[in-house]
Amino acid sequence: MILVIVILLLVVGTVLFHFLSPWWFTPIASNWSAIDDTISITMWVTGVVFIAVNLFVAYAIYKFRYNKNRKAAYEPENKKLEIWLTVGTSLGIAAMLAPGLIVWANFVQVPDEAAEIEVLAQQWRWSYRFPGQDGKLGNVSTHLVSESNPFGINPQDPAGQDDILVAGNEVHLPEGKPVKVLLRSLDVLHNFAVPQFRVKMDLVPGMVSYFWFTPTRAGTYEILCQELCGLAHHAMRGQVVVDTPQEYQNWLNSHPTFSQTQIVVKGDPHTGQSLYAVCAACHGMEGEGNALTNSPKLSGLSGWYLEHQLQLYKQKIRGAHKEDIYGRQMAPMAAVLADDTAMRNVLAYIDTLPDKPAVDTITGNVNRGRNYYVNCASCHGDRGEGNFFMQAPRLAGQQDWYLKRQLQNFKKGIRGGHPDDFNGRQMAMMAAILKSEQAIDDLVAYLNTL
Amino acid sequence: MAHVAIADQEQEFHEPATFITKYIWSQDHKVIAIQYSITAIFVGLVALVLSGMMRLQLGFPDSFNFIDPSAYLQFVTMHGMIMVIYLLTALLLGGFGNYLIPLMIGARDMVFPYLNMLSYWTYLLSVILLLASFFVVGGPTGAGWTLYPPQAILSGTPGAGAGITLMLLSLGVFIVAFTMGGLNYVTTVLQARTKGMTLMRMPLSVWGIFTASILGLLAFPALLVSAIMMLLDQQVGTSFFMPALLSLGEQTDYTGGSPILFQHLFWFFGHPEVYIVALPAFGIVSDVIATHARKNIFGYRMMVWAIVIIGGLSFIVWAHHMYVSGMNPYFGFFFATTTLIIAVPTAIKVYNWVLTLWQGNIHLRVPMLFSIGFIFTFTHGGLTGLFLGNVVVDLPLSDTYFVVGHFHMVMGVSPIMVLYAAIYHWFPLVTGRYLHTGLGKLHFWLTFLGTYAIYLPMHYLGFLGVPRRYYAMGSTDFIPDSAEPLNASITVAAIIVGAVQIIFIVNLIWSLSKGRKSEPNPWGATSLEWQTPEIPPKHLNWGEKLPVVHRWAYDYSVPGVSQDFIPQNMSEAEVERLKT
Repeated sequence: MILVIVILLLVVGTVLFHFLSPWWFTPIASNWSAIDDTISITMWVTGVVFIAVNLFVAYAIYKFRYNKNRKAAYEPENKKLEIWLTVGTSLGIAAMLAPGLIVWANFVQVPDEAAEIEVLAQQWRWSYRFPGQDGKLGNVSTHLVSESNPFGINPQDPAGQDDILVAGNEVHLPEGKPVKVLLRSLDVLHNFAVPQFRVKMDLVPGMVSYFWFTPTRAGTYEILCQELCGLAHHAMRGQVVVDTPQEYQNWLNSHPTFSQTQIVVKGDPHTGQSLYAVCAACHGMEGEGNALTNSPKLSGLSGWYLEHQLQLYKQKIRGAHKEDIYGRQMAPMAAVLADDTAMRNVLAYIDTLPDKPAVDTITGNVNRGRNYYVNCASCHGDRGEGNFFMQAPRLAGQQDWYLKRQLQNFKKGIRGGHPDDFNGRQMAMMAAILKSEQAIDDLVAYLNTL
Repeated sequence: MAHVAIADQEQEFHEPATFITKYIWSQDHKVIAIQYSITAIFVGLVALVLSGMMRLQLGFPDSFNFIDPSAYLQFVTMHGMIMVIYLLTALLLGGFGNYLIPLMIGARDMVFPYLNMLSYWTYLLSVILLLASFFVVGGPTGAGWTLYPPQAILSGTPGAGAGITLMLLSLGVFIVAFTMGGLNYVTTVLQARTKGMTLMRMPLSVWGIFTASILGLLAFPALLVSAIMMLLDQQVGTSFFMPALLSLGEQTDYTGGSPILFQHLFWFFGHPEVYIVALPAFGIVSDVIATHARKNIFGYRMMVWAIVIIGGLSFIVWAHHMYVSGMNPYFGFFFATTTLIIAVPTAIKVYNWVLTLWQGNIHLRVPMLFSIGFIFTFTHGGLTGLFLGNVVVDLPLSDTYFVVGHFHMVMGVSPIMVLYAAIYHWFPLVTGRYLHTGLGKLHFWLTFLGTYAIYLPMHYLGFLGVPRRYYAMGSTDFIPDSAEPLNASITVAAIIVGAVQIIFIVNLIWSLSKGRKSEPNPWGATSLEWQTPEIPPKHLNWGEKLPVVHRWAYDYSVPGVSQDFIPQNMSEAEVERLKT
């Protein structure tokens, strides 16, 4: 008897949960509303079957519960009933499958007018390539990937010269225009998924996969990697901004073509030295850092990392949080570097400074720290040497008080909380591993040994 | 020499004399079944603890220092792999298959007892290799239970060194063990049935286990070759599954391989694997329901054909796991169609269980409670499968918590419900004692309601778009804050369900010596395993003479007969005497 009531309650509860649950599809932002319709059909058909089967079970248990004066019926088969049930089920299945296949036929046939873009994935970030003036993407090869050619574009291919490269994790798309997304991976499997667009597809190294959709609603949508791609899988995020066609064009024009990225201008350390005088006041004559002025060590850090941080400071992405006291001191200083040339020159000078390891000030359990560091090593390197491809700065030799403060800032969202600071946001998600101050001390103590 | 059917062959009756030959190096299918079962349950408990730790991180993401992303992914991977292969496959086939096949078909033992013994010890070796990976540098693999390359063998994934090597070796060894067992089960069913036991008189348990064994023999080789090829990629530097790629920014020497090839091989095994677990469960639950409802299974022939058809179709649906893998999207038409077709025989099975209850005389004993629990969870899990099988519907749901909810309902909770039903049902046969009913009911209610509280909400997180295999969600703009308390409550339910299994273990151990003594055929079952001269059955099962079968396995409540069941080995003459 209890069982009968419980089954009834479960059925009612499930239906109520379905209708009252605040957890449901995000409002759709693409042309694939037909997918939502197919889901509705499936929900209705399966929902009715779920309710019918369980109510029947409950009734049967109630009506035919054990009674020592009654004998069960003897009915090995009932051809007619079995055939009816088979036919009915087949019809229900067809009612779900047919619309599904029709929608799928739309999905596999990319409209001719769809614009091609390429999404490039690697552990654990996204970048994008647009075809440029000629409307054609240039040839690529994973073997050609290097620090100066991160997309692996064939320099001999004329079609690749005008390809527009977007190195950040954010991509813009024009509203109302169908887009064919070509998917490429440099290392392992990934999956490009935006819940609001409904469609998703894996990125597979060694081949190009694709899907298409039309963004139908302006807004900003999060990209999530949905194929397990290693340690930082959960922190592999990106962003799609759906713009008006004009805004989209402006955004696209602000990015360099492949040939533009191949022109490398070296900085001049001599000019940089005079500019560095401003920095030296806090960071020290040799870029050795100064705990009293809360200024980190600069020597030994890679140019690409310093440049990236200076840009973030200049664009008010880093040092904008109101609790980031020292970051807010740095932000106006970064603005002193008037243009890219000035920045290049200063970085060239910093590159000449001698790299001396910092003095240890923090103690902790080194063994525990080593265990935590397993999660850091994929990006920052086994020896904390940093890795351009992972966008991970060098940690070895840095001042421990600075590392600790940054980890705390990441955890609190003081750093990496800005929506445009993708690397910072990723680091914030990874810093969440350290769930206590002791854990941070242990990790930093281990970093001191590197 | 004239052919002599196994049932007519002269038997040598020599009992194993020493403790070691009787219980350790035993060739008795019943002892081997117990060995398999105890090992599988032990390793299953390890996997249960792993799932608890996973849930702790998901429910309370800021609390546990020792669960970092690498540990989390290792828990996820090992939990899945252990549950699917080392618990469910081993317990249903190595455990129940071994115990029930010879008894249910009226044989003295498996046809290859020595091979049977080897099968268990090889299985044990695979378990030891698997557990050893927890103690190597870098820990066990954290590549997800699907072990997809390239990441499975590249740094950046936990356990990409010794961990994955041991995992692949362990799988290889397991497959050797399974092959020895599976060949034995199939041959025994085909060759060692007693007189009168035609195929269409076999209990559905045997049909399920028999078909599942054939599936295993055909499917596991695909996993074996993919494991060997991946080992070669990792150890020797071949490029079966490895295209030209970077590893954490470094160029590698790999070139030309295909990661999708691995996925095809894996799922060519992986989908039949679902039915390797499900078909024995289907069979067993049919027998438990018929016995406790005192009614013949409805549509026996249809049930047999449904098992066979599901088994056959299970080999042409595999790529429904790969709709968004980047394979040619045109495959979607074929695989969506075959996948939804498989729902028809599956639905028929559900109808027939339900129609077996209809006009029955239902005893709600613990095995029956679990069986009805199974009908509920399997219906739920089967229906959500119609979402994922239908290729466009899979697009938004693939790789989300909807998938996690679905497969846990359909091939986690459901077969485990059947396993519990089976253990409560056959414990008196194996030990001569009942399991404690009160504890059994408590175990059932908390497990049944608890698992639904865990998995129902997961489907809705999936609708929302929450991805699976995420260590933490971090801040997102599309997930409402209410998902946090939801995740915490799922975790609380999971911890409770996990802890409740201790009640079962206690019941198992306590009842072994203190349980109420059972009568020889306590549930009044018709099938042969309850008709042995002694209960629990002795070595070689049948005493001097093998039973002779006169009828199918479901003569319950036959009209005009005073007793409400007629055992399969009861002759017409004996039945006449029972007529009123």
